[in-house]
Amino acid sequence: MHKYVAKRLLYSIPGLFGITIIIFFALRILPGDPLTILYGDGGRANLTDADVTAIKHDLGLDKSLVIQYGEWLQDIFTGKMGESFWRGDSVSEMILRRGPLTAEIAVIAVLVSWLIGLPVGIIGAIRQNSIADYVTRFFTIIFLAVPSFWVAILVVVFSLLAFNYRPPLGIIQIWENPIANLQIVLAPGIVLGLATSAYIARMARTTLLEVIRDDYVRTARAKGLSERTVVLRHALRNALLPVITLSGVLFGLLLGGSVAVEAAFTVPGLGSALVQAFSERDFVVVQNLVLLYGIIFVLVNLSIDLAYAWLDPRIRYN
Amino acid sequence: MAEQIDTQISSAASSSSVRRRTNSAWRIPITFAQKYPVGAAAGIFLLLMALVAIFAGVIAPADPLYVDFNELGSSPSAQNLLGTDYTGRDILSRIIHGGRVSLQVSLFSVLLGTTAGSAWGIASAYFGGRFDIISQRLVEMVMSFPALVLAMVLLVALGGGMWTVIIAIAVTRLPYGVRVIRSVVLSVKELTYVDAARAMGASDLRIMVQHIAPQCFAAFLVLATAHLGAAIVIEASLGFLGVGITPPTPSWGNMLGGVVSATYKPIWWLVLFPGLAISLTVLAFNLLGDSLRDALDPKLRGR
Repeated sequence: MHKYVAKRLLYSIPGLFGITIIIFFALRILPGDPLTILYGDGGRANLTDADVTAIKHDLGLDKSLVIQYGEWLQDIFTGKMGESFWRGDSVSEMILRRGPLTAEIAVIAVLVSWLIGLPVGIIGAIRQNSIADYVTRFFTIIFLAVPSFWVAILVVVFSLLAFNYRPPLGIIQIWENPIANLQIVLAPGIVLGLATSAYIARMARTTLLEVIRDDYVRTARAKGLSERTVVLRHALRNALLPVITLSGVLFGLLLGGSVAVEAAFTVPGLGSALVQAFSERDFVVVQNLVLLYGIIFVLVNLSIDLAYAWLDPRIRYN
Repeated sequence: MAEQIDTQISSAASSSSVRRRTNSAWRIPITFAQKYPVGAAAGIFLLLMALVAIFAGVIAPADPLYVDFNELGSSPSAQNLLGTDYTGRDILSRIIHGGRVSLQVSLFSVLLGTTAGSAWGIASAYFGGRFDIISQRLVEMVMSFPALVLAMVLLVALGGGMWTVIIAIAVTRLPYGVRVIRSVVLSVKELTYVDAARAMGASDLRIMVQHIAPQCFAAFLVLATAHLGAAIVIEASLGFLGVGITPPTPSWGNMLGGVVSATYKPIWWLVLFPGLAISLTVLAFNLLGDSLRDALDPKLRGR
């Protein structure tokens, strides 16, 4: 098992390097002058040739692409991750300061998606074609269509108009003021969780419906176990595996969704930092934040693959 | 009406097999509507949306860019059915014109992304070997970025404008095309008729285009429909974040941009109606996509 974990970690390294290359190429090689990206069309036109050379030298853009890429990798490995072009604060500090808020939102969202999605899916499967099944399926279809950032805006606007309430502003960590912190992260987490719960519910219902027809479930019923034990202890165990895989895939959707939901709730997390970096055309911040999103997604899915061995004894890694 | 037509067709069909063949093209949508009424209703709704978008200039009650200083942020009334925004522009007209932009962006980006992805998927499965392995790794890498974040990166590099938004969203849809079509072609390329074509001296390109591509059409159709909704949501998110279609041109997404900013007191009709337009359209695309999948390719369930 340890050997397998080590091997999987090693195998994911080329993938992560590939991700850095994709980001680097997207921002440097695609048509578009970095200075135009930084200053906009109008600003670029106002720069003299001397300015251009000076700025390019400051940013290291006069070096060859290979050297620039190497320097970026060096920045990543030293943990410095470069500095924001406009404000001069280091990107790694920004991640440490803002990251916890986004991480909390993601954790709440995953919890909510399971706590709501799983029971809904189970009810739909064991009471197939009942009224409860139709009602939950109806809501599942609706939740799959409604964009989470719009729900977020509705919640913000409604609480403002009805209760004149706005969540506290600024970066408040959970260890500083837990109540204010939860006021910031709870609503975005729940909104994102509700959106992902629809996918979980649909998958849980489908897989449970398949498993519940299996011979071993019939055997469990035949030997007189209660329906509760049959479903929760026997059928669910096998039905959960595809749901867990889906949860990993959905994590990407959740990370992307969190960018827009954070913007709607004006949460100063990583997503807001990304949007700000975009509007300021700060591509040092953009490339490092996007890399972080990619790495997190890869690591989450890697840990899910590893969790399989523990959840499903049929899978033996060596 | 539909029933009447159908009984006519079925009686005609039973009377002669030749007639049945000439009528078959008409029968497809009718039998589809009988078996999948929800999907058909969604399809009709989307057709109406498309017509409204195409004839936006005629249907919209006002100019979407016209600023009426007497009507800054007015609530829905007889004059402005869905109210006006902060700068006094008619929201209904902006939703109608915005739909034109949003639907175009989603349609073109999905067509572009899925077509390019399918071509790549066919080649990847057909040639196999190292090319296939590298393709798969590359697709995995692209898929490890959240679609919204990837589209944002591309937009920063490419700059604003409708076609760059289309290209950015298309790139996020491309990996799905590669994966699904590749899996279809892996089984198709083993069929005897492909061997026969090769034995007759057909080139690789001819086999892929003439013989394998048509087999992928059902999967292509299902895939494309399924991703239209996702494309609408990505466009809307980009517009909301201020990196998509540039104002004043309305899109459903950028109409929602700035509605939560602290300086204004938010007005609910500005938030509600564009979001409803997005949600209903995505819902219709999802329902149509599900029905098409069930009708054309049940194997794709859950992908």
